[in-house]
Order: sequence, then C-alpha cells, then structure tokens
Amino acid sequence: MTQAPLTERIDRHGHVGIDDYEAGGGYAAARRALREMTPGELIDLVKDANLRGRGGAGFPTGVKWGFVPQGDAAGKGPKYLVCNADEMEPGTFKDRYLMERDPHLLIEGMIIGAYAIGAGVAYVFLRGEYFESHRALDAAIRDAHERGYLGRDIFGSGFDLDLRIHGSAGRYICGEETALLNALEGKRAQPRLKPPFPPASGAWGRPTIVNNVETLCNVPAIVAHGAEWFRDLGLTDDAGTKLYGASGRVKQPGLWELPMGTPIREIVEVHAGGMQDGYKLRGILPGGASTDFLVEQHFDLPMDYGAIAAAGSRMGTGTMILMDDSVCPVDLSRNLQHFFAQESCGFCTPCREGLPWIEELLTDIEEGRGRPGDIELLEKHGGYIGAPGNTFCLHAAGAIEPLSSALKYFRADFEAHIERGGCPYRTGPVKRVGMGTR
Amino acid sequence: MSEPAQGFEPIEQLSDEEVALIEHECAHLPDRQSAAIDAMMIVQKHRGWVSDASLAAIGRLLGMSVAALDAIATFYNRIFRQPVGRHVVMVCDSVSCYIMGADGLARDIQKHLGIGYGETTPDGRFTLLPIVCLGACDKAPTMLVDEELIENVRSEDLAAVFGRFE
Ligand SMILES: Cc1cc2nc3c(=O)[nH]c(=O)nc-3n(C[C@H](O)[C@H](O)[C@H](O)COP(=O)(O)O)c2cc1C
Ligand code: SF4
Ligand code: FES
Repeated sequence: MTQAPLTERIDRHGHVGIDDYEAGGGYAAARRALREMTPGELIDLVKDANLRGRGGAGFPTGVKWGFVPQGDAAGKGPKYLVCNADEMEPGTFKDRYLMERDPHLLIEGMIIGAYAIGAGVAYVFLRGEYFESHRALDAAIRDAHERGYLGRDIFGSGFDLDLRIHGSAGRYICGEETALLNALEGKRAQPRLKPPFPPASGAWGRPTIVNNVETLCNVPAIVAHGAEWFRDLGLTDDAGTKLYGASGRVKQPGLWELPMGTPIREIVEVHAGGMQDGYKLRGILPGGASTDFLVEQHFDLPMDYGAIAAAGSRMGTGTMILMDDSVCPVDLSRNLQHFFAQESCGFCTPCREGLPWIEELLTDIEEGRGRPGDIELLEKHGGYIGAPGNTFCLHAAGAIEPLSSALKYFRADFEAHIERGGCPYRTGPVKRVGMGTR
Repeated sequence: MSEPAQGFEPIEQLSDEEVALIEHECAHLPDRQSAAIDAMMIVQKHRGWVSDASLAAIGRLLGMSVAALDAIATFYNRIFRQPVGRHVVMVCDSVSCYIMGADGLARDIQKHLGIGYGETTPDGRFTLLPIVCLGACDKAPTMLVDEELIENVRSEDLAAVFGRFE
C-alpha cells in the first residue's frame, strides 16, 4: 500500500486530471463511504486513525466532526463544511501545491467530510491570490459534477452536496476560523467570541466544520486503507504522513511528503540538501512565521505535534523557514513583526497598538537607536501581548512566539546592536522600502 | 483618484452583466448582505476599482448603506478604493523572500518602475504594492503581476518580465 497518499499521483502525473485520479483508485473511497458507511462509522474511523488538523493547531479531526449535532438535534437548516484554503502564513506553501496539482483529492475528501457531518453545502475558502488553484479547482469541480460526484444523489446514495469556491478578498486574519466565517458571510473578518464553537454555531449561525486543505486530503486514503494503516505511517505517536517544506538558503528548497515524525535534521540535510555553501544554519521557524524558533540543540527532534511542542514551539504548518548566519535575527524579527502588525484585525488594543509598537522598537534597535533596557522592555510587553487571554484571538500570541524565542536564542545579537549602536550584519546605511506617498 | 467632493451621492448604474453576476451570488446565500464582498469584487473585476459611486450602486442593490460597505471594503487587501494601473504588481515582503533578498529586489523594482509602493506609473501601466507570502517560498523571491505568479525573481530579469505587460 502507498506510503505517500497525498502526493503519489502528483509524482506520477504532475497535474492530476479526473481520469488519472480515477485510474489510481480515486473516488472509490467516497463511493464506498456514501454507499456503505454511516456518518457515525466515518467519524469513528477518522478518530481511530488519529488524524490531526494540518492547519496549525493539530486538533483531532474526528473529535471535531463528532461535535456537530446530527439528526433532530441539528435543528432546521443547512450544515456547512468549509475548507480553509486561505494559506497566508508566511513560509507556508503546501496547500497551494495540493490544490493546483491534485484538486480531486481535496474534492473527494470534502465529499466524505460533508457526508460525515451531514453538510449539504461545502465551501472552499480560497486565498484571493491563488489564481492557479482557483482555475484548477473550478475545472475539477466541473468534471466531478459531470460524473455525478457532486450535486444531487451522489453515487446513488441519496446524499446531495453543493460545493462552491469563495475567493477571499484578502487578509491574513481570514485564516482564523471564526474570522473566516465572518468573511464568508460577507462581513469584516473579525474573529468571533468562542464559545460557541463553529461545530455548534458557525456559518450563518449553523453547525459548521472548518478544516485545512491538507487535513481533508488525508481523508480518502483513511477510508480506503483503514485507521491502522494510517497510524502506522507515522514514525512517532502522531499518525499519517506530512507535507514538510523548507525555504531559505538550502541547496534544494522544496516540499516533501514524509512520514509524520521525520527528524528535522533529515528534512534539512537529506531532503533539502543541506545549507548552501558558505552558509551555516542558525535557527528554524518550524511551521511558519507564528512558531517559536528552534536551534541546533533541537535538530534531532522528530517533526510531530508532541516533540516540537515539548521543545517550546509548534509544528504549525510543517513548512520550516531556515535562518542562516548571514541573516540578522533582529532585522528578521522586525520583518515578522511588520507582518503581524499589518495583519492585526484591529479589534483589541494589545494587538492593534502593541504590535506596531514592537515593530517600531525593533526598527530602532536595528537602525542603531536601541537603548539599554530595550530587550527587557520587549520581553515584558511581548509577554503581555502574547499571553493567551489578553487578546481576543491567537493572532497576537502567534506574533510573539517567534519574538520571545528570538530574544532567548539570539540575545547576543540584540545586545550587540544596542552596544554598537547599529546592525553588525550591515556595512552601509539602512535603506528601507516603505509605502510611497499617496 | 479623487471623487468630486459634492454634496450629493453620484448616481452610477451597474451594468446588466454586473447585476446578473451579483444576483447569481445572492441566489445561493441566506441573505443579500452576505454577497457584499462578492459584489465589490465583481464590480472591481469590471471597472478595475471600487469607487464611491459604485459603492452606492451596490448598496442600493443589496439594501446596505455606503458606510457599511466601505467598512468592509477597507478591511480587505484586494478591494481597491482608488484607481490602479492596467497591471498590478505585488512583491512578496514576507520572511522567506526577505531571507532570499526581497528588500533589495523591491528597491530595484521601485527604481525600474520609478515609483514607490502604493503608487502608479504616470502612464497608468503599473501599480506597485507589497503583498504577504505568495505560497511559493521555496522559489523565493516572488511577485505577482496581475494573475501571474513569478518565481525566483532576479533584478536582472525585471526589464524582460515587465516588458511582457503592456
Ligand atoms: C491568525 C490565524 C491564522 C490562521 N490561518 C490559517 C490558514 O491560513 N489556514 C488554515 O488551515 N488554518 C489557519 N488557522 C487555523 C484555523 O483557525 C483552524 O484552526 C484550522 O483551519 C482548522 O483546521 P484543521 O483542524 O484541519 O487544522 C489560523 C489561525 C490563526 C489564529
Ligand atoms: S488578537 Fe489581534 S487579530 Fe485577534 S482579534 Fe485581537 S486585534 Fe484582531
Ligand atoms: S515568503 Fe515570499 S512566497 Fe512565501
């Protein structure tokens, strides 16, 4: 049986069309699920497989599906399945790959997921800049409709599914699942108060499941090959495979489907080919911009949810960003905080006011205006902004993760900036590109 | 860019096609207001940007105030509330591209086009904007010209790349 359920067809065909997909056994899992399995059996299967969310938080997918009220308890009206395809976490490039190359895998996963939770309407909430993904999904949805895999009475099971694409108007916070639901409803993408959680009250107040692209793409193979097979794919306690990525100054930046729990060092040295000549690896952001730095002492850890969390970080999206020794950790931190400050939805004060303040202080330190005590100030206020409960959603906490860890692991760099009155990594004066005058 | 600051709401008609597309969205949504973002994106697709007059016309169609629509419009990156050039260039300024030299590239692009971020060339050909990670970090640095993703961008390629967009 396959060791690469997410990418084996892509490896064979490049771009997988509906005939390629079906020739490889595609849509057989959905056919079987809809004809032969009850929603409860499917939810138990996904629980048993220990599939965890690939969007960053790692919540068990089957457990989440189980929160959706079924039958009379659901009340009147539709239920929704929403695929989170907003991928805007800096350093993350996995969902785009799956959607562009094998859109039917996502569609099949969504058919099964929608059936399991009893949703008659499903949305792909797609990042606005993903034009190629949009074209690929549009074509695939049309092809699936033509063969009767979407629409009414799918596979003669009596189950109907209307699958639509919602192109996002663009903002990082749309990826937060309750903000996403507001965006889907045509509103400003402000996160919602939780509880109620989306499985109880989501889109238009109805039960809704939000799952990441990669999460849903794992579902067909679980139905096809079983929970035990899926669990056994992982090298550690976490199940399945993972699309791992590496970007930065490595010899072969890219994306690889590997067993869950593959060690960091193997991903960097074997798959990414190691660092480019003349560069040394100093630290990684393991799963996108909002995860804590890991350094040399962590590189033998397996990339899974548990081990990375125990080291004080998060596996996040599993696409790692590598910082080499030519990169200034202070200026990189400034780049990250610029992103988080810009993308704050503006609802709560610590995030709206605090993140720009942090960006400004980092800019001062980078440009030689740092003062003794600034590091402690960053720690103190960063700690306040990032503490869960002080802000309405996890955006602010995510912003502080790479900062507090940078202050911990690259403290000497911050100190050197303040002592020298400038950036040791630069020779000339700092010339920044800003917004032009409007 | 500026709308005339007159004391009345300018009247603008949406085209039959725009109305049909917006009505198509409304048809499968629980209420008309839910189509607000779709409607603005549809109008922008036809007119390049969303003017105050367009907002008023959309508002009449969906039963929403201009203020409510504007609050939504200004939240999102991809809704332009001022005119843009024939081509919109968006340069990734996120972390992987930053590591691979995006700051220097952005300076070279600004020099090449003769404009800063947020500006449009005097001939109306290009508008330049920064953008968040384009999801091609393994091929950094990257940029988007209209709907085309351009990977591994090098300063020496700029003339050839921009030359393709009249
Ligand atoms: C600020 C913020 C941005 C997020 N962006 C994304 C995103 O782009 N894609 C995604 O799948 N999840 C994103 N998430 C996580 C979602 O809120 C949610 O946990 C996820 O979509 C659930 O799917 P999963 O259980 O399949 O992982 C984001 C969370 C936060 C707090
Ligand atoms: S933490 Fe930031 S992004 Fe989240 S609700 Fe508050 S202001 Fe908005
Ligand atoms: S950081 Fe530029 S494409 Fe991801």
